[in-house]
Amino acid sequence: MTMPPENGPGFLKREAVPVLLFALLALVPFAAVLGAESYLLSLVTRVMIFAIAALSLDLILGYGALVSFGHAAFLGLGGYAVGILSAHGQTDALVQLPVALAVSALFALITGALSLRTKGVYFIMITLAFGQMAFFLAVSLAAYGGDDGMTLPGRSRLFGMELIKNDRAFYYAVLLALLGAYGLCRSIVVSRFGRVIRGARENPQRMAAIGFPLFRYQLVGYVIAGTLCGLAGFLLANQAEFVSPAYMTWQRSGELIVMVVLGGLGTLHGAIIGAAAFLLLEEWLSGFTEHWKMIFGPFLVLVVLFARGGLMGAIRRIGGGGHG
Amino acid sequence: MSMTLLYVQTLNGLQLGVLLFLIAAGLTLVFGVMDFINLAHGVQYMIGAYLAAMFTALTGNFFYGLALALPSALAFGLLLEFLIFRHLYDRDHLDQVLATFGIILFLNQAVKVVWGAAPLSVPIPEALSGSIRLMDGLLYPVYRLAIIGSGLAIAVLLGVLVSRTRIGMLVRAGASNAPMVSALGVDIGKLFMVVFGFGAMLAGFAGAMVAPILSVEPGMGDNLLILTFVVIVIGGIGSVRGAFIAAILVGLVDTLGRVFGPQVLRALMDPSAASQVGRALAPMLTYILMAAILFFRPGGLFPAKK
Repeated sequence: MTMPPENGPGFLKREAVPVLLFALLALVPFAAVLGAESYLLSLVTRVMIFAIAALSLDLILGYGALVSFGHAAFLGLGGYAVGILSAHGQTDALVQLPVALAVSALFALITGALSLRTKGVYFIMITLAFGQMAFFLAVSLAAYGGDDGMTLPGRSRLFGMELIKNDRAFYYAVLLALLGAYGLCRSIVVSRFGRVIRGARENPQRMAAIGFPLFRYQLVGYVIAGTLCGLAGFLLANQAEFVSPAYMTWQRSGELIVMVVLGGLGTLHGAIIGAAAFLLLEEWLSGFTEHWKMIFGPFLVLVVLFARGGLMGAIRRIGGGGHG
Repeated sequence: MSMTLLYVQTLNGLQLGVLLFLIAAGLTLVFGVMDFINLAHGVQYMIGAYLAAMFTALTGNFFYGLALALPSALAFGLLLEFLIFRHLYDRDHLDQVLATFGIILFLNQAVKVVWGAAPLSVPIPEALSGSIRLMDGLLYPVYRLAIIGSGLAIAVLLGVLVSRTRIGMLVRAGASNAPMVSALGVDIGKLFMVVFGFGAMLAGFAGAMVAPILSVEPGMGDNLLILTFVVIVIGGIGSVRGAFIAAILVGLVDTLGRVFGPQVLRALMDPSAASQVGRALAPMLTYILMAAILFFRPGGLFPAKK
């Protein structure tokens, strides 16, 4: 596939989906004034936070074909960095955020170095096992709430000021983070580094034969994805003002994969749409019945069996794009 | 005193290992022969436990309940295979993960709807109740010994089945090269179905056996499933022998690590720090073991594929 020139006449048409998406997200707080403001704001904030996590997963899953089933661990690591630091009186984001990112990056480096030695089914099971390891570690942290989790004293401060205490301010902070994450992922994907990762997805033997040390490239990709997901964990803890081991259950990792696939693998904005689709569907279905998973489970099976390419693929097919 | 504790915990570890083996045996063959990642294998275990609980309540006898639960678990596994799994064999791993994840979501919720969210309990059968004195000061419940015994018996049976019979030969051949087996004229679809149904029944058997000593509840298979993955990864995908050794290893390390880890650490650091570190480390021990084994042998201890 050849890349069209960056500013050609097709620019707006090509970029229509992400541009529309972000414009819509920027306008939500204004619509929220009409009614049920806090409900809508918190729902869409949550969507955007999970969109960051899904984006980071899409980077390795969609572009690198690395099916990581332990990605929720990074959500938990980012969250617990906030929780544990504020339990010790350190509430400034300038300390919390770097720690959250560093811890996530370190965990990604160690587990990634071990997991990437394996392939296929092994890789899936090992990332799953490492995710579960992080989960049990959180459960055993009795000093920080153990199984029950811990409530934060408040949102992170910036230079001692409560800049994101207001829900609308927090909303825009999260939107900014999402925009930044999206931009970062876009530039990674089209960079030389990103092309090597994509090449490894298509044909690892050939990439290795050309002389690329794939392990190193994939490991760096894994660390970037984990760090970015740590950012989502940092934001999630701030939104809920609560952290618990439930952040990193393996079901949560599965849900992240579902989001990426629902939106369409390897499209980036698909990850955002997938996160929105999943969380809104959950919200909508659980409004009907507490047994919403009995509807969602079969829906998932049907999507896998009949709708390849996820929602974006379906949209493309309906739009007559022809490459579904 | 401490020796008695060691013996008791070793037996407990052995019991966990045997359970893990019953679940892992089917799963490792499904992985090995079909290259199919089945997350829903843990719910087979749960379904087995629920079926045993239901039939035991209906018939009033655990052994009748067990006898009815086994063919039902088999039938249920075959039904899932027919409806969903057989359409996934030639898909990539990601599709398999997603679809079987959907099945877990559905079935965990479905058992809540059918049997209620409250845990069910099954009485220990009269004939296997009470404890037996193994040596001075060492009492151990008969039922737990029965679990260990039946698990070991099945392990031996399975070993003979896989290494001595024609179907076992086909399964082994399938694990090392399925397309070749198919090319030689074996109906690979039928072989898949047999392996799958058999694996589902073994997992169901494990669930039915633990029903009297654990609470039967939704999601009970999920955590065990992940421990089973650890077992399979350590043992090497597709190897029943590897699964057995790894299952016993994981069962022992997990159980003994939880009990004795803090005690060992106490010799190295002050008691309060030791108990905290021990509590944090113990659940991670099996995963550290897995990481260590994979570091030296990325294919596990006994990989079926060369």
